[in-house]
Amino acid sequence: MEAFLEYRHIHKRFGDNHVLDGVSLTVMRGETMVILGGSGTGKSVLLKLTIGLLEPDKGHILVEGNDVTSAREAEWMEVRKHVSYMFQWGALFDSMSVYDNVAFPLRERKLCGEADVEGRVMEKLSLVGLEAAKDLSPSDLSGGMRKRVALARSIVMEPRCILYDEPTSGLDPITSDSINRLIKRMQSVLGVTSVVVTHDIQSMFRVADRVAFLYKGKMAFVGTPEEARSADHPMLRGFIEGREPNESES
Amino acid sequence: MDWRRMRIVGGFEYLGGLTLLARETARSAATSAWDWGDILYQLDLLGVQSFTIVLITAVFMGMVLALQTAYALSAFGAKLYVGGVVALSMTRELAPVLISLMVGGRVGAGITAEIGSMKVTEQIDALRALGANPVKKLVIPRLVAFVLALPVLVLLANALGILGGYLISSFSLQISGRFYITQVFKLLKFSDLISGMGKTVFFAAFITLIGCYNGMNAKGGADGVGRATTDTVVLSSIVVLISDFFLTKLFLAL
Repeated sequence: MEAFLEYRHIHKRFGDNHVLDGVSLTVMRGETMVILGGSGTGKSVLLKLTIGLLEPDKGHILVEGNDVTSAREAEWMEVRKHVSYMFQWGALFDSMSVYDNVAFPLRERKLCGEADVEGRVMEKLSLVGLEAAKDLSPSDLSGGMRKRVALARSIVMEPRCILYDEPTSGLDPITSDSINRLIKRMQSVLGVTSVVVTHDIQSMFRVADRVAFLYKGKMAFVGTPEEARSADHPMLRGFIEGREPNESES
Repeated sequence: MDWRRMRIVGGFEYLGGLTLLARETARSAATSAWDWGDILYQLDLLGVQSFTIVLITAVFMGMVLALQTAYALSAFGAKLYVGGVVALSMTRELAPVLISLMVGGRVGAGITAEIGSMKVTEQIDALRALGANPVKKLVIPRLVAFVLALPVLVLLANALGILGGYLISSFSLQISGRFYITQVFKLLKFSDLISGMGKTVFFAAFITLIGCYNGMNAKGGADGVGRATTDTVVLSSIVVLISDFFLTKLFLAL
């Protein structure tokens, strides 16, 4: 298997806050990599670096073998055709209907005619079970529905890789499960490479092929979910068992 | 000392950011097709819907101006020439500046609040992630629309202000309407209109760019958007007043 994404010694600071302190990670083609970590540990920052929404201070990012670290906006546009991003709160455009939101990337890139757009939008909306909501405005949707629309919007271009930013946070267990199933389905049906940032342990065990644990700006653990279960990193264990680690352990 | 240094550095950073946005906007406007649907929508929102403010501001300004100049001119027995003074003051200075301040406050605040909300809910990131250019999508339609709308609003304000002066002259100063109008056309030159409206093209560009820049750089949540909106109103007003001086000198020298 070849690498789809490679992060090499990534550093990123915001003021005095050294969020990423030499992070290295490789995501293979077709796998689902779950990145675990507490709030504010820079998980979302890592995803944003991947499609050029932020720039690293140091280090290199490779997408499908190409070094994109110092890419220009036009080159990032090319990357974003194949690597899509599902935002934490959906980031739906509230001036547009659900349908127009999902159609946005297709229309913006003018890849197909309006008849084709309709077919593809409705197909993706039915995949997330929201064909009936196509004329609603995002403000009329519940949190779970927004995330599903955001998911439909991020897969409408049929990307090779999807970056999920907290896809299940704030959702009830049943909706979470339907999102997890969709993530699995994307991988099995379309062979999509996925990076899922989360602190939802159940979701991690459902979808992950491998797990990476981000702690204090570094990757403290990378391995399979089973290996994570038996890992001796106290913070990771605390994370998986859902308890605060003892002072002596951490 | 330290906070002073931070403020100075912050000021230069702001100026740098604004200049970069202006450059990016100019480049995008020159190289990519304009979305006329969006521009028309913004023309309605920023221009047509500002008409009431323009109407009230201009008519009352014209009326006050007529009262005040009549009071001042009567000392020299020149009350009859109110029409000319009203017309000149309105077209050269008062309408361009006051309308830019009033409409600019409304438009700038609206732009920052909208774009700022988009920023804090990651919609600007989403635009980029989905293959759109935020400058092309958000800044250019607003900039083009307001640069087109503001001079027209000021032209309207000129007419409405002169009309306000006419009402006061006829009904309260006992100057005949015909004489008032004759005075207006005797003193007013085409170049007065052009110099007044010409300034507003620059004001509109400054207001829109400041509004967009503050929105795109709003941080945090609702409070961040609120702060950015206040900053836009304050800064764009100051910029209008200061640039007015230099633009006036420039237009007088031409």
